[in-house]
Amino acid sequence: MAKNLLALTGNDAGAYAVKQVQPDVAAVFPITPQTELMHKVAEYVADGVIDTELITVESEHSAMSATVGAAAGGARTFTATAANGFALMWEIVYIASSLRLPIVMALINRALSAPINIHGDHSDSMGGRDTGWVQLYSEGAQEVYDNIIQAYRIAEHKDVLLPVMATFDGFIISHTTEIVDTLTDEVVRKFVGEYKPAYSLLDIDHPITVGPLDLYDWYFEHKRSQIEATKHAKRVILEVADEFYKLTGRRYGYFDDYRVDDAEAVIVVLGSAAGTTKCVVDKMRKDGKKVGVLKLRVFRPFPAEELADALKDVPVVGVLDRAVSFGGWGGPVFNELRSAMYNLERRPEVVNYYYGLGGRDINTEQIEETFNTLLEIAETGKVKERFGYIGLRE
Amino acid sequence: MAINIKKLANEPELLASGHRACVGCTGTTILRQVLRASGPNTVVSFATGCMEVVTTIYPYTAWRVPYIHNAFENSAATISGVETAYRALLKKGKINKKINFIAFGGDGGTYDIGLQSLSGALERGHNFLYICYDNEAYMNTGIQRSGATPRGAATSTTPAGKVIPGKPQKRKDLTAIIAGHHIPYVAQASPHNFIDLMKKVQKALSIDGPAFMNVLMPCPRGWRFPEPEGIDIARHAVETCFWPLYEVENGVYKINYIPKKKEPLENWLKRQGRFKHLFTTQNRHIIDELQAEVDKDWEELKNRAGVE
Ligand SMILES: Cc1ncc(C[n+]2csc(CCOP(=O)(O)OP(=O)(O)O)c2C)c(N)n1
Repeated sequence: MAKNLLALTGNDAGAYAVKQVQPDVAAVFPITPQTELMHKVAEYVADGVIDTELITVESEHSAMSATVGAAAGGARTFTATAANGFALMWEIVYIASSLRLPIVMALINRALSAPINIHGDHSDSMGGRDTGWVQLYSEGAQEVYDNIIQAYRIAEHKDVLLPVMATFDGFIISHTTEIVDTLTDEVVRKFVGEYKPAYSLLDIDHPITVGPLDLYDWYFEHKRSQIEATKHAKRVILEVADEFYKLTGRRYGYFDDYRVDDAEAVIVVLGSAAGTTKCVVDKMRKDGKKVGVLKLRVFRPFPAEELADALKDVPVVGVLDRAVSFGGWGGPVFNELRSAMYNLERRPEVVNYYYGLGGRDINTEQIEETFNTLLEIAETGKVKERFGYIGLRE
Repeated sequence: MAINIKKLANEPELLASGHRACVGCTGTTILRQVLRASGPNTVVSFATGCMEVVTTIYPYTAWRVPYIHNAFENSAATISGVETAYRALLKKGKINKKINFIAFGGDGGTYDIGLQSLSGALERGHNFLYICYDNEAYMNTGIQRSGATPRGAATSTTPAGKVIPGKPQKRKDLTAIIAGHHIPYVAQASPHNFIDLMKKVQKALSIDGPAFMNVLMPCPRGWRFPEPEGIDIARHAVETCFWPLYEVENGVYKINYIPKKKEPLENWLKRQGRFKHLFTTQNRHIIDELQAEVDKDWEELKNRAGVE
C-alpha cells in the first residue's frame, strides 16, 4: 500500500481524523491547547471539505450538552476540550455516558487550575476517570489520528454504546509536528461505516423518552448495565484494533510493552513520556541494564488482568503518574495497577513517582536515574521511598 | 394567526394522564396547551424541575412525543444539539419530515442557572422555541427564591422573618432580556387565556429562527392558594398588569390584552399566602412599592408598544 505521509501536529492529526470520519455534528469552544484542532475542523467546514454541522457554543458545558442532544438525535458527533473546559462540562460528561451516547471527544491534556496553567498533565482526564467514558491515551500524533478513528468504532458498537475520549498531552503532542501515516478518506469512511443508531429523538413516529427520573427502583440496574457495557468495550477495543491492524499494519492493544520480558525494572507510563522512556530503555539495554517500559493506552476500561499478566515476572515496577490523587495512596495509575497485581503469586515491588505536573519537562537523565533507583530496589530488595517525585525542586 | 379550537380539541392528547403533578398544578395544563398547539411532530427538551420530575419515572413516561431531559441548566443547549442533528440529517436525506423543537425550563432553569445556555442558543439562531414556565421560585427543591421571585414573596430561602420580610430584591425582567437578543419572536402568555397562548406557540413555531415564550404558572404549594384557583390566579395577575400578555415580533412590541381598569395588585397578593406577611402595618409599604413597580413597568411596556 502506498504510504500517505503527512507532517502534522497532534492537533492537526486529530482534526484530519475528524475530517475523514466527517461526523454529522461537532460542538466547538476554544481552550488552549485544544484550540487549533477545532480551528482546523472549522476550516474544513468553512471550505466545504466536510458537511459537518458546527455548533459554536458559548461554553464547554453547552458543548457537551449540545453534543448529548445531537447524539440523542441520532447524529454522529465530535467535540474537544482540555482542563478547565473539561471540568466545566463534567456534569454532562457523566450524563453522556449514562445516557449511553457514543460521543467521541478529544481531550488535550492540560493541568487543572489553580494556579492557572496551560501545559500538559493528566489532572483533567484522570479527574474524569470514573465518568464512564472509555479513555485512550496517545503517545504521539500518529496515535492521536489512529485512536480517534478507532474511537468511533468502539463507541458505536452495539454492545458498547459508550462515549470515548482520545487524550493526548497538551503542547508536547498537540503542538509538535510529526510524520503521520494517513489513510485515504474513503478507507476511513468505510472503516467507521455509516452510523445507524437504534434509537433517535428524531424518529418522530416512534417517540422515545431519554433521561427519565430513575430512583432506587431501577437506577442500580442501569448502572449495572453500564458496567457490563464497559466490559464489552474491553473486548471491542481489541476487535477494532485487529481490524485496524489489517488495514494499516499498526498494532494497538490495551498497552504496549517494550523489552519487558526479561526486565528487572519496568516503568509504566502513559502519553508522551512513553516515547522518551523507550529511548532510555534502548540506551540502558546497550549498557547491559535490564529495563523495559509499558505504555498504557487504555486506562478505561482498566485492563487489570492483562497488566498483571504482562508484569508478573518483573521484580520492580515504577509507575509514573502525571496527575495527583490528593490524599490518596499514590497516583491513579499506581493505585489501580498495584491493586491489579494483588493476586499474583509473586507480587512485584511497585513504587510511584509523580512527574510532569503543569507541563514540567521530563528528560532522559531523569528517567535513567529513576530506572537506576528501581534496579537498586531489585538488587537490594529494599524500598527506601515508595512515593517519589521526578524533576521537582525540594 | 387563526386557531381552530374545535379541531385542536379533537387532536390526541400528547401528554398522557397518570403523571404525578400536584393537585391544582397549572404546569401540566400549560404543557398540554403547548403540545396541542405544536402537534405530534415535536421534539421536547426539558430542564430539571417539577415538570420534568412529574412527567417521567422509569419505566413510565407521560410523553407521547420524543423527549429528552439532560440537566438543569442546559435545556436550550440540548435542544440546540438535537436541532443541529436534524439539520445535518435533513441535508443528508436521512430525515424528511418537518419537526418542531421546543425546550422547556422552569424559572430557575431559565432566569438563573440556564440563562447562559439559553442566551447562547438564541444568539446562534437555532430554529426552536424556548418556553419558560414561570412559577416564580425553585419549586421542585422546596420553594426557594429565584431571579423570578417577586419582591416581598416568602420562600424557603427568603422566609418572612422578623427582620427580613421575604425576598428583598425585585425580579428580573427576563422577557425584556430575551427581547434584547433581537430574535424574531418573544412573547409572554398565561394559561388562563389558552387561545392566546396556543396562537403564540403556533406563531413561534411557524417562524424561522429562535423564539421565546414566558408563561406564568401559578403554583398552589409555593404561592399558597387553594388548589382550584390556579388558572384564576393567572387571570388575576394579568388583570393587575403584574403579568402583561404581549409579544415582540421582529422588534415590534404588541400588547395582547389591556385591562379596561387595572386591578389593584393588592387584591392579587391577598389571595396568596406567600405575601401574607406584607399585610401588616410594618410591611405595608412593600405592597405600595410593588404597586409602584408594576405601574412603572406597565407604562414602560405601553411606551414600547406605542399604546396611549
Ligand atoms: C446543577 C444543579 N443544581 C441544582 C439542582 C437541584 N435542583 C433540581 S430542580 C431545581 C429547581 C428547579 O426550579 P425551577 O427551574 O424554577 O423549576 P420548578 O421546580 O419550579 O418547576 C433545583 C435547584 C440540580 N438538579 N442541578
